[in-house]
Amino acid sequence: MKKNEVPQDDDGLMEGKLKDLCYAVDENGKYVQVYSTGWEPKNAAMKQAWEEIDKKVRKTLRKVQEGRLSPVAFYMEKNIMNITLLAQYVDLPKRKVRKHLKPDVFSRLKPSILERYASTFDISVEELCNIKKMDKQL
Amino acid sequence: MRPERDTIIQFTHRPSAHCENGVTSNLLNFYLIDLSEPLVFGIGSGIFFSYMPFIKLNYLPVISFRPLPGWIFKRVNNRLGMKIKRKKFASPKKAMDALDANLERGIPTGCLVGVYHLTYFPRSYRFHFNAHNIIVFGRENDKYLVSDPVMEKPERLSYEDLKRVRYAKGTYPPIGRMYWVESKPEHFDLKKAIVKGIRKTSQDMLHIPVPLFGIKGIRYLSRRMRKWPHKFGPEKASLYLGQAIRMLEEIGTGGAGFRFIYAAFLQEAAGILEMDWLNELSDEMTAAGDRWRQFAIMAGRIFKNRANNEETYETAANILMDIAEREERIFRRLKKISLSE
Repeated sequence: MKKNEVPQDDDGLMEGKLKDLCYAVDENGKYVQVYSTGWEPKNAAMKQAWEEIDKKVRKTLRKVQEGRLSPVAFYMEKNIMNITLLAQYVDLPKRKVRKHLKPDVFSRLKPSILERYASTFDISVEELCNIKKMDKQL
Repeated sequence: MRPERDTIIQFTHRPSAHCENGVTSNLLNFYLIDLSEPLVFGIGSGIFFSYMPFIKLNYLPVISFRPLPGWIFKRVNNRLGMKIKRKKFASPKKAMDALDANLERGIPTGCLVGVYHLTYFPRSYRFHFNAHNIIVFGRENDKYLVSDPVMEKPERLSYEDLKRVRYAKGTYPPIGRMYWVESKPEHFDLKKAIVKGIRKTSQDMLHIPVPLFGIKGIRYLSRRMRKWPHKFGPEKASLYLGQAIRMLEEIGTGGAGFRFIYAAFLQEAAGILEMDWLNELSDEMTAAGDRWRQFAIMAGRIFKNRANNEETYETAANILMDIAEREERIFRRLKKISLSE
């Protein structure tokens, strides 16, 4: 890759916080460091990955709204977690976390347990339990 | 009690493409051993390839262009004779105390962290990935000063935020792992270290007796890729292609799955070892990198235009075969490197 070929396809994915440091060849054939703000095929691949996550989150949101799953399920998907990972974060056995995905079990949870879930998801207990406002979290 | 006064170690933050290279290079630089990122990468035998379809990450197969996390750092320090102290802690508080104690003693300290809760990272790059490396080099106004090689400038993290990323959960959790330089050698042989790094790389790229790794791995991926559209259907096959591009161009590869960093390394090595033929191989490696990029462009087109993809999967797979050919030629020549020529 030549220095002037380093792609600059900024797609907002890096929020201006980050640039990709690339290695490219200058006019004299010497390797130099060049910043890239993004590259189209990579941007597309990143978007594809997030769309997949988004699809799952929306599907889960519907199930929560229909009363088939608890809010824990929604926030688990939203944080790209699975039961194994979530169980590690809240420090509970997997079988318990699995039960907490059921709305009726969730509604009877102790405040201390709710607090663990809320802090893992970086939200308040109030937000965790408020199904009506959940679509705002998308 | 945590000490309240500020401590700042005079530490030079130099950005790099890849976090492990950068941490290694910056740490060595602090101890007055000035090696560029490509040199660190080459000495640490950082270039690699593996395709492991039976190991899944977020339901997608593992395609990797580098050895396991931590290996580059370990190899570089071994080959230069640096003594490294590594520690992990069951208790987060103790892990933070130990870090504070190191800072008080003026020791810049590397930490293994998860990126999901790394506050200064852009949202779309925050996956549950636990093998990121940073160096903590001070504390000011109750914030830790962090040299994260993939960032342009040093960043700051609060006590709670740093503790959180040091105790990220999931695959290979960091468990508060930290490391620092205990002592450095009086002298070291840079030429020897470079040759050792090149030999190990060639060995791994050519001769691992399992078809998943090195050149064989690239050919294996190519063969499997031809079957993806029939085997998985267009939807899933395109997800697999997306995965290949992300792994190839992920933050920190310097472009084309580290191939350009390696070409830069060969160029630098040619000068240090006074071996002009390495410059030729550097050019060839650049060409291989360019082919990887063509592969990414092709793959990107395929998953955007799902209509007639059967033919194009073949084309993408053909590019991979060509890459395998090119890289095999390069590493067969590199394998023969020796100081006494």
